[in-house]
Amino acid sequence: MPLFAIAALAAGTLALRLAGPTLRQRMTLPPHMERLLTVAATVLLVALAATAALTQGHGFAGWARPLGVLVGGVLALRRAPFPLVIVAAAGTTALLRLCGLS
Amino acid sequence: MSSSSRTPELAAWSPALDRPTLRAIALVCLADAIVGASFGAISVSGGLPLWVPVVLSVVVFAGGSQFAAVGVLLAGGSPLAAVAAGLVLNARLLPFGFAVADLLDGPWWRRLLRAHLLTDESVAFALQQSDPRRRRAAYLTCGATLFVSWNIAVLLGAAAGTAIGDTDALGLDAAFPAVLLALVLPVLRTERPTRNAALLGAALAVAATPFLPPGVPILLALAGLLLAGGRRGPVPAS
Repeated sequence: MPLFAIAALAAGTLALRLAGPTLRQRMTLPPHMERLLTVAATVLLVALAATAALTQGHGFAGWARPLGVLVGGVLALRRAPFPLVIVAAAGTTALLRLCGLS
Repeated sequence: MSSSSRTPELAAWSPALDRPTLRAIALVCLADAIVGASFGAISVSGGLPLWVPVVLSVVVFAGGSQFAAVGVLLAGGSPLAAVAAGLVLNARLLPFGFAVADLLDGPWWRRLLRAHLLTDESVAFALQQSDPRRRRAAYLTCGATLFVSWNIAVLLGAAAGTAIGDTDALGLDAAFPAVLLALVLPVLRTERPTRNAALLGAALAVAATPFLPPGVPILLALAGLLLAGGRRGPVPAS
């Protein structure tokens, strides 16, 4: 990867990271807009979780991964400790793959 | 990096976080570190020189886009296509930046350093806290710890090269979505409009994934916001 490409990706990414804070310094938003921005972040995180759990490239990720996430999700719903949620999600998926399920 | 000025800041803020949160951050860093090591290994065993994944990780510091950019290159794509794929994947950082803008104040150099720590994980940990001081502490602690562990791991993975096997066997690809779900669950549990918006958004994103370039479906999820504003007055169409 040439240096210019690395520099371009880095500069572009930093611009994306800085745009929000820089713009918001220059304007005051009404409270309901402030709230909407927080909700937007939550919506994006859930969408990220859903696509990361279910899809790989343009297709289905296979059963092992979503089933692992499901186990982690159910544990989180039941207020299980965070470490247990992660280990159970990864462990379930790893076990399923060990058994031959992709 | 002005680590000399950031370290006392962290020392002053980290006690604001309770032990379970600190433990959760450490665990997320560990899981991400293994993924980082595999990124270094994949890059080098695919034929890229060692400095490429290492420098890329320090200056870009966004796992998904790093994998995407290197993936395009290793598949024979052009550097420009690699940059484009990485940037589209990072487009979500823009709305994330809006959401945590209050944590990124101060002189330009401090805003720059803190903005560089903006990741899915640091945003999720920040949103989990309601107290402003703890929000900041969660964001900075997660961001800085992740930055250090991610970059060390990429270097080690790149140095080890092919010695690192397939991380899918460890099921780590299931850990990332589970982490995000666990972190947003408290909000989803209590705020119904947010939950509705998030469910609609997630459904839209998953449904659009077969048809759009990676990264774009996530942005479509923002359409779910139309469900969120209903109870609090009209939402400007955006």
